[in-house]
Amino acid sequence: MSERIEVDIKVPNQTKYLGMIGRIGESLAYSLKGFQGNRREFAYHLNLVLTEALANAICHANHCDPEKEVRVSMSASDQDLIIKVFDQGQGFDIKALSKRKSKSNDECGRGIHLILKLMDHVDYVKEGDSNVLRMQKIFNSGS
Amino acid sequence: MQLNMTEEGDIIQIKVQEERMDAHNSGDLKEKMLQLFDEGKCNLIVDLSAVRFIDSSGLGALVSGFKNASAREGNLKLCCLQPQVRSMFELTRLHRVFEIFTDQEEALASF
Repeated sequence: MSERIEVDIKVPNQTKYLGMIGRIGESLAYSLKGFQGNRREFAYHLNLVLTEALANAICHANHCDPEKEVRVSMSASDQDLIIKVFDQGQGFDIKALSKRKSKSNDECGRGIHLILKLMDHVDYVKEGDSNVLRMQKIFNSGS
Repeated sequence: MQLNMTEEGDIIQIKVQEERMDAHNSGDLKEKMLQLFDEGKCNLIVDLSAVRFIDSSGLGALVSGFKNASAREGNLKLCCLQPQVRSMFELTRLHRVFEIFTDQEEALASF
């Protein structure tokens, strides 16, 4: 029988929570039955994707405003994992960012490229009063 | 961010004493390195042996140090990377930018 794991977390808009959320992602990676590849690497990548998406929401979308909060939801089945990171900012054009060429020695701008590289589908949409960065990882055999 | 500093001639060794280098703490390393450059100390070795996780902010802080050291005719080299941290440099192709050594002695001898 297919199992589904749902995790929904709200934290204050502060970077000190990045480690906690990243570690929850790592724990989740070790619990997903549908994933068949290198689990240690996948756990690191999940930690990274969550850290990058949250840091973007906290620092760029929510401008480090401690009165705001960020919400993360993760929904996993045997087939895939869907992560959503909600922010209360002005939004950004993910297509334009993804097309921007970066030099090897740029100091910033790698975060969104890492997310795009490590996840199978990524988009950024409006959902109610929030913007949502949606990231999906599909579990193929050997993924 | 907890940083341990030692001097060997004109080379400063910075050991990052954190398990994570991310957007929460990487600014501290960047600031510390800028302070060292202002003092004329431009040859640095950053020891990442304690670091298990690095994100784009951590990489960005190291790139900032590398560029500032190079601009002052110094150098910033890295040593003691854990395998998953090393894989981040490969994923972002930054292993082509930095000189990376397996231990401190090797890094020191390269100056």
